[in-house]
Amino acid sequence: MARVVITGAGTINPLGTDVPATFAAMRDGKCGIGPLEIPDVDRLAIQIGGQIKGYDEADHFNRQQIALYDRFTQFTLLAARQAIGQSGLTFTGSLADQSGVIFGTSGGGLNTQDENYRAVYEEGKNRVHPFIVPKLMNNAAASHVSMEWNLRGPTFTVATACASSNHAMGQAFNMIRCGMTKVMITGGSEAMLCFGGIKAWEGLRVMSKDACRPFSATRNGMVQGEGAGVFVFEDYDHARARGADILCEVIGFAMTSDASDIVMPSKQGAARAIAGAVRDAGVPLDAVGYINAHGTGTAANDKTECAAVADVFGAHADKLMISSTKSMHGHLIGGTGAVELLACIMALRDGVIAPTIGYEEPDPECALDVVPNVARDATIDVALSNAFAFGGLNAVIALRRFS
Amino acid sequence: MTTDDRIIAIIADQAMLEPGDITLDASLADLGIDSLGLVECIFAIEEAFDIAVPFNANDPTASAFDISSVGAIILAVKQLQSEQAG
Repeated sequence: MARVVITGAGTINPLGTDVPATFAAMRDGKCGIGPLEIPDVDRLAIQIGGQIKGYDEADHFNRQQIALYDRFTQFTLLAARQAIGQSGLTFTGSLADQSGVIFGTSGGGLNTQDENYRAVYEEGKNRVHPFIVPKLMNNAAASHVSMEWNLRGPTFTVATACASSNHAMGQAFNMIRCGMTKVMITGGSEAMLCFGGIKAWEGLRVMSKDACRPFSATRNGMVQGEGAGVFVFEDYDHARARGADILCEVIGFAMTSDASDIVMPSKQGAARAIAGAVRDAGVPLDAVGYINAHGTGTAANDKTECAAVADVFGAHADKLMISSTKSMHGHLIGGTGAVELLACIMALRDGVIAPTIGYEEPDPECALDVVPNVARDATIDVALSNAFAFGGLNAVIALRRFS
Repeated sequence: MTTDDRIIAIIADQAMLEPGDITLDASLADLGIDSLGLVECIFAIEEAFDIAVPFNANDPTASAFDISSVGAIILAVKQLQSEQAG
């Protein structure tokens, strides 16, 4: 089987508009969550989010592009430009045919839907712009990246709620590993911070009104974020032959289904995914030094996740570090795994473990080293990134330091 | 602005040209407007004049709305305005 490495990374998220800014914010434990600035926010019970402030689409795209690019597509294109630029790859000839795009998103063009439902229902308009369908569709981001960079191989979108990005990156990893493709542009994006997007989440009563405090006894729910993370996954031999700078290696992936409840997480389903990723990576359990947790800050997720980690790792669970960067950037839903993979890359490459900020008080049900409030220097060989979605769908990726 | 000028402005906007560069005998294809651009033009015309343009992108030439040239579109819009007035 081919080895798979990451040769490019890009992002735009509440912590920064590129990877260096995001790393710096994670290292400093900065919080990207604040008051939402969206229409009708006064009618929302939840008025905070990890919103990308100061973003103006006109700074990046022309009018014709904006007619076709929903906010989630815009974020994806900006992150893809950084990632592909860093990789130094250009896609022509057979490489173009052997390279594809797999992204995760949950809501797709939700802002476009929200705006146009508002136009026809609230404002009573009887006509919408002709490109609403190609703008809102979940595969728009993947297709536009494919078109922009001439990526002509397998290209599609995965929608598994909060696990979308991890599922997408897992597919990209396995396609290269089995020799089906040489390069995959992968990751995910979400732009759900609109009135309808927040209002729907309010209904579940799992959102915090003040902060995301994963693993803290004082936690009171999740906070939504927005943004994108995009990576260049590349066949190791291909990357080595061209002398590419390798950020880290992707060594394992596993996915499971709880097959039990549409919203409540299952310890067994999560544990099987975590153990499966380590087994797939072919490394011993005690090689894992850091886990980027799903860590939503809800009562149910955090205790279930900690119990699953304790079950899988036994005594080693007390030695590894596990943090939730959602405390800083919020929950990017379908894009969250992609932005969180950055924390794993920072841990492996820079030896800096991103903290769980907002941590106030230990919870006996989350009695692991959650790297509270302050980043930590540590040399890590293997890192995991967890994602556990509504619908009981779990996806875990394993990365290794490249040296 | 006259109806002619408004339609020419819409087409020029879509073609990314100056209105002065749009001639009445030009087809939309001559101006570099593709099928998606045509659909956008029709949407903009409907919005500007508050009319419904009978147009099916599956077979544009079969529609009663003549899109063969800029001049034909102007005539067709005027006809629709008189038919749909009031």
